[in-house]
Amino acid sequence: MSAEQTAMPPAEAESGGQLLEVEGLVTRYPVPRGLLGTIRRREQLHVHAVEGVDFSVGPGEMLALVGESGCGKTTTAQTVMRMVDADEGRISFRGQDISRLNHKQLRPLRREMQIIYQDPYESLDPRYRVRDTVAEPLLIHGIGASAAERDALVVQALVQAGLEPPELYLDRFPHELSGGQRQRVAIAAAMVLKPKLLLADEPVSMLDVSVRAGILRLLDELRRDGLAIVMITHDLSTAAHFADRIAVMYLGRIVEEGPAKEVVRTPLHPYTKALISVVPKRDPRDATAPQILTGETPNPVHIPSGCRFHPRCPIAEERCKTIDPELRTPGSATTPQHRAACILA
Amino acid sequence: MSAGTPVLSVEDLEVWFDVPGGELHAVQGVAFDLYPGERMGLVGESGCGKTTTVLALMGLLPPNASVAGRVLVEGEDALAKGEESMAPHRWRDVAMVFQGAMNAFNPVKTVGWQIVEPMELHGIAAGRAARKQAAELLEMVGISGSRADRYPHEFSGGMRQRAAIAMALACNPKVLLADEPTTALDVMVQAQILELLVRLTEDLGLAMILVTHDLPVVAQVCRRAAVMYAGKVAESGPIETLFHDPRHPYTRMLFQATPDLYGDDEVTSIPGAPPRLDREVVGCPFQPRCDSAFARCAHEEPRLREVGDNHTAACHLNDVPAEVAG
Amino acid sequence: MTEAIGLVDTPVATESTRRGFIREVLFGQRASVVGLVVLLFFVVIAIIGPWIEPYSTTTQVGPVYAPPSSQHWLGLDDGGIDMLSEVIAGARVSMVVGFAGAAVAMIIGGGVGLLSGYFGNKTDIFLMRITDYFLVIPDVPLMIVAAAVFGRSTLNVVLIIGIIYWTSTARLIRAQVKSVRERVYVKRARALGGGHGRLVRKHITPQVAPLLVANTVLTIAIAVFAETYIAFLGLEDPSTISWGKLIQNSLSGGAIFHKAWWAIIPPGLCVTIVILAATMMGQAMEDALNPRLRVGHLSVRRFRLRPLRGRLESE
Repeated sequence: MSAEQTAMPPAEAESGGQLLEVEGLVTRYPVPRGLLGTIRRREQLHVHAVEGVDFSVGPGEMLALVGESGCGKTTTAQTVMRMVDADEGRISFRGQDISRLNHKQLRPLRREMQIIYQDPYESLDPRYRVRDTVAEPLLIHGIGASAAERDALVVQALVQAGLEPPELYLDRFPHELSGGQRQRVAIAAAMVLKPKLLLADEPVSMLDVSVRAGILRLLDELRRDGLAIVMITHDLSTAAHFADRIAVMYLGRIVEEGPAKEVVRTPLHPYTKALISVVPKRDPRDATAPQILTGETPNPVHIPSGCRFHPRCPIAEERCKTIDPELRTPGSATTPQHRAACILA
Repeated sequence: MSAGTPVLSVEDLEVWFDVPGGELHAVQGVAFDLYPGERMGLVGESGCGKTTTVLALMGLLPPNASVAGRVLVEGEDALAKGEESMAPHRWRDVAMVFQGAMNAFNPVKTVGWQIVEPMELHGIAAGRAARKQAAELLEMVGISGSRADRYPHEFSGGMRQRAAIAMALACNPKVLLADEPTTALDVMVQAQILELLVRLTEDLGLAMILVTHDLPVVAQVCRRAAVMYAGKVAESGPIETLFHDPRHPYTRMLFQATPDLYGDDEVTSIPGAPPRLDREVVGCPFQPRCDSAFARCAHEEPRLREVGDNHTAACHLNDVPAEVAG
Repeated sequence: MTEAIGLVDTPVATESTRRGFIREVLFGQRASVVGLVVLLFFVVIAIIGPWIEPYSTTTQVGPVYAPPSSQHWLGLDDGGIDMLSEVIAGARVSMVVGFAGAAVAMIIGGGVGLLSGYFGNKTDIFLMRITDYFLVIPDVPLMIVAAAVFGRSTLNVVLIIGIIYWTSTARLIRAQVKSVRERVYVKRARALGGGHGRLVRKHITPQVAPLLVANTVLTIAIAVFAETYIAFLGLEDPSTISWGKLIQNSLSGGAIFHKAWWAIIPPGLCVTIVILAATMMGQAMEDALNPRLRVGHLSVRRFRLRPLRGRLESE
């Protein structure tokens, strides 16, 4: 393979083989008070987007971060990617603590961590041809000594993303491509740097159903080649099918985490149980009695005391109002990797 | 199944759009009957013509559209004289919850005012009586009536969608067209809205067409569905039959492309893309992407035929004896 | 596993591509083309002026306020100098000052707008305050003061025009930059590790440039007018001839009393036409570029009916 990455980072410190480790992550956004509010010394409120999140991802693993809007999954991803600064906590990538590095120090790391976004219609600069979009990362990081070398890498990335024959796509503009093709271009642009970790933020939610499977299977293939993937999705069915592990988030915390099939078949946390019961099933005969929770997810500015789920929890007890449960493996779990944050699990 | 006369009957519905360079044949001969209290799904992917179809039923197409066919609302052809014959039925007999309705509220008017508006426009009620009815409608969709004086930005997304449904019900219609009512909503809120829609059809005897690309939603909420592709109905029938005994490859492949929560079967995508509708399509429109196409499919267009009890499909495979199809 | 091509099947969307700008925005509308042609006409006149002026602009060739004749199409002014030559010469100064002044405004306004929109936060607040201050300064008194303090040269006039009129450009560019900066492809480039320079140069500027050009054309109209009244007020270098100067000359030289319309109207007309042309062109370009200005289908929805085509016999 020509034009390999030069200056490879030192061999990864084996921190249990995990590529990415997140501990105690906290990210808050101040709610704007306005001039009057500041003068009157109103209490500075915060949006508690991420309130203590721990998880890890190993090479070749796909972790799905699942939850409804406002649960903090997107902020978690942005914080891990260092697009946003964490207020507390530690992010370790390949054994190195990256939580406090500045933009300049992060630059070489950006080759190893890539992101693909939800909207394929907005992800690509409309003035750039496919070739330019996929070559841009190479230019930014100074990879490839000549245009010919870069072109070779671009072609390789396009093939990897399933756009074959690549010559057909190189000179196209985004508006000449379908949504699925655009998303593949975005994936090619991410993969051209040969990253170790890919963050996929709702990669298929804006695509037609008939096209989604293709993209998801592509991600699956990439995973088998050793890429670690964190996929953010609100669609439990997709997570159950393609991810190795699922982490369910609610109001800034992970409330349940474990092997995908297990979490879906034997959920431990009442929120997960309720979510699973309301996911529409494909087979019309599979009518499970949906456990529809009342109301909507509360505002992350005012997190309920004790267990943050207790106001909506169908099995909440008195002590749930005061105890904030830890994410741990309850007795009823079938495997030790399956954890839930519920004292009644 | 409900017997009696259909409350809505669509025959040979066709819609063309004038586009630079010619015409786009967006809807090509859609037909179905809808009975009181029935929930029917209209399923398809982007560009298949499902939204255009329901807009045509409301007469809400732009000036560059031309329509042909019959839309019988309780026996009367609403399409006969164009806008003139459509207007009396609009909102009073057939109402619609639009795609993205929850974001289409007027931000400077209270929600109550916006529900009263159609009532006054169509002469159903006015003044205090109308405001009282609006509050009742809000209660019916699960929002406290006192909230009628609030503004849209004070409501959450799910509540705005409920309010949009209340607005559609303002004039007591017989048919409710819901275009992607839960697409932008969280799964829990989606469940709440779907439960609401089911309850409304049962309590009010309302007939509903649920337009969506989300097959599992249709599977859970509707009894019947029509699957659209390239402006035509590819298959139509009871939703159970569509899943367990599909007679059109597109229906089968669409289900196969949808991951199921518990299922372990492979999820496969459909290669290719739908045909352009500004050109004449020769043969079956799905043929280039079909995994079971044979010679006839490329030059003869299959017609929609009965293949079972209340079950129609437009596919040559249903004509051919078993040996040749295999 | 590869997707079937289907490239030709996807309909072409209306995005801003390189070729599109010239074809759609510049030549796509009649108003723009007309404006462009007129402006080009005057630019050409300004350039070839020295070679087509029929007479000298300094020597008297006839009696004061002689009316138009076959030798002097626009008659003579209060000094007996051929008006036509003066109008042609005036084109040079008026156009140069107009274009140069607009260029200065564009550079300052574009720069401020870019920095403000891209960096946001304190930079934005700071720069916008400055913009507000400049907006409030009354232009005529400023010019009078500047002329008195710095002298009445053409360069000063260009600078003054630029300094007074950059604010609306800044606002416009700031809004556009802010919106482009939030686009997903810009965020993606940043996530890739792209620095500010790259983002601005390669992603933001190409999207903002067309609007900047359109806005500059509009600024030309304003600048030409500004030059005219600066000259009219006598704040310009007295040795230069511009249309404004010609108007001032004629009014102070008693042209009205002599009923010498040929001394007043031609320069005034030229100024008006140039301003009109630039405004037409600039407005048309801005309309083409600004998607919000496109009106949706607010007209009553009157779809058309088509009779059912004859049913096929084979049914």
